[in-house]
Amino acid sequence: MDDSERSNPSRKSKQFQVFARTCVLFLSAFSIFISLATAQDWVKTGTSLGVEKVRLAVPDFKPATNDPQNTALLKTFNDTLWNDLDVSGVVELVSKSFYPLQVPGQPPEVTFPAWNAPPPNAAMLAFGNLGVASGKLTVQGWLYDVKNTQSPQVLGKQYADAASDAAARVMAHKFADEIIFRLGGGIQGIAESQIFFVSDRSGHKEIWGMDYDGSNQHQITHLGSISLSPRISPDGSRVAFSGLTKSGWEIQMYSLDLNRVVSFPHMGGTNLSPAWSGDGTKLAFSSSRGGDPEIYVSDASGGGLRRMTTAKGPDVSPVWNRKTNSQIAFVSGRTGLPQIYTMEADGTNQQRMTDQGYAVSPSWAPNGQFLTFAWVRKYGPGEPGSSDIYLMDIASKQWVQLTHDGGRNDFPSWSPDGRHIIFQSNRSGSLQLWSMLADGSKVQQLTFTGHNTQPNWSWK
Amino acid sequence: MKQQSIMKKLFLVVALGGLLALGACKKKAAPPPPPPPPASPAPTASISVNPTSIQAGQSASLTWQTSNATDVSIDGIGAVQPNGSQSVSPTSSTTYHLTAKGAGGTQEATAQLTVTPAPAPPPPPAPSVTDEDLFNQNIKDIYFDYDKSDVRADQRASIQADMTYLTQHANVNFTIEGHCDERGSTEYNLALGDQRASAVKNELTTAGISASRIKTISYGKEKPFCTESNEACWQQNRRGHFVYQK
Repeated sequence: MDDSERSNPSRKSKQFQVFARTCVLFLSAFSIFISLATAQDWVKTGTSLGVEKVRLAVPDFKPATNDPQNTALLKTFNDTLWNDLDVSGVVELVSKSFYPLQVPGQPPEVTFPAWNAPPPNAAMLAFGNLGVASGKLTVQGWLYDVKNTQSPQVLGKQYADAASDAAARVMAHKFADEIIFRLGGGIQGIAESQIFFVSDRSGHKEIWGMDYDGSNQHQITHLGSISLSPRISPDGSRVAFSGLTKSGWEIQMYSLDLNRVVSFPHMGGTNLSPAWSGDGTKLAFSSSRGGDPEIYVSDASGGGLRRMTTAKGPDVSPVWNRKTNSQIAFVSGRTGLPQIYTMEADGTNQQRMTDQGYAVSPSWAPNGQFLTFAWVRKYGPGEPGSSDIYLMDIASKQWVQLTHDGGRNDFPSWSPDGRHIIFQSNRSGSLQLWSMLADGSKVQQLTFTGHNTQPNWSWK
Repeated sequence: MKQQSIMKKLFLVVALGGLLALGACKKKAAPPPPPPPPASPAPTASISVNPTSIQAGQSASLTWQTSNATDVSIDGIGAVQPNGSQSVSPTSSTTYHLTAKGAGGTQEATAQLTVTPAPAPPPPPAPSVTDEDLFNQNIKDIYFDYDKSDVRADQRASIQADMTYLTQHANVNFTIEGHCDERGSTEYNLALGDQRASAVKNELTTAGISASRIKTISYGKEKPFCTESNEACWQQNRRGHFVYQK
């Protein structure tokens, strides 16, 4: 908590905590809190300070048929939809305890005064129905602006597929994303995005995948060695990772279309931490093929290899500015403890971003303006410090701390909408994956089995 | 009572007299009739052991011949046939003493078997001490400071010892593994471990060990030697570890 004084000793102002709970657009408001960041430590930044979040009521969807499958699928659908909207950071969900006894499943059943006045006092109402008939699952959903009784409908959607738990989950994700797109300033939702990570629950460190909310966890590689640092390609078809092979650590490529490892040239030396450019045409990674671990860039097939760094000391963990594809951030130990650096994609203009401590694992925000990374700021003998997730504005190098809850937090990765960050933490006693909003709120544990590390969020 | 003892004495006197009379009679009956060939040939004896020197646990063949002997024995073995051989495996040096007695006298012979103590454990372990064992006994790992990959001054002696062994065993190939402690990032530690392995390799190649004998690999913090969270344990894990390569 005394970080503020270290950060800016001249300003002895006591740190103050801003608990801004509203958020619509993270970016527009970032400049407001970034100016405060140097004077305060624990900032519960609003992703949109001063903007009221939309109060949204989401009564459980109602059964449309009498099929016995309805009960289980309704539970999956309702739970998934609620969670998607709750963690989106875009709306304020009205507690179900304020809802009237009669909830609608169809537009004619909507009674506006029961929703647009206290106690619910909702601005928006999402409702609908779900039914299985002849093995086919159909969901109808609506979004109503209940303050506008003349022309309330904002959205009306219908989804149909073979009845299954997975189908109900996908439909909930799709409907949630439609709502978030309309209420969240036109930014695409992430409910159908995927997380790739490393898990040892099979007995070896293998690459795993899961839905963004932690459901549908499944093993991808079965190599029986050590596989680390998965990075999903922008088109979602391949996972690049670093694997321990007979010839050492090599960049490997797994095709999600073919469900197998596909060939990628062996570079020699120790090859680590691949990173895709935003257009999917290039890879950056660390290689010691020339002796010292340096950042190299190749094309997506491994050809056209070019060395980008030359400084003595480990250079590792590159990440592209996916917005411009013209810059790379990376970690270097060239001056001692590892620090975050940026450079042009041709290796020029190398700049140190962090000024002290132990800073690793950068992830570049989709909008190109921010880096998030893991930092032990107070580092050294007698200063144990914890590893926390930080956010830095690249232009000003001003930063804000996002995690405060102890433990070692590492490997942050941005969601495609720039509103969320997934990371690994041992705060629960073992290494697990957690997600949060990019202001540090809505922290949620996503994995519970084995040790799970190095999460990487898909690009869409 | 007195009468009884008198009777006893009387009986003894009579008996003694009788014996004397008998003896006189026999002497008379056989004067010097059986003077056998007065020169009964003297017995002969020889004993030998082959080989004359063994290691404990091995055996030797003991062979002896006698003649004109009726009673042959070897100390420590007992009565034996006049001629024979026997396998012996004493645990210490032994002198086999043969005594042959016959009508013509007694003859003795000896054979000396020297037993050297078995080179205690070497025979059995000799086959199991491999080049790899010797490598592991002689080679010393190199330890590093936190976040550092330069070889510290206090590790020079270990490097020197490794150099000496590796120079003397020029046929041995090996891998140097770079290891790190549990603190910090997985990716950065793998790069740091790579540098540690390279640093040890560079020390050896600079001093003349052929680079073709050396492979390097980084394990970062993936394969710790020690899993506690304290400095003693962390130091154990910050090392360049030598592995014999078959």
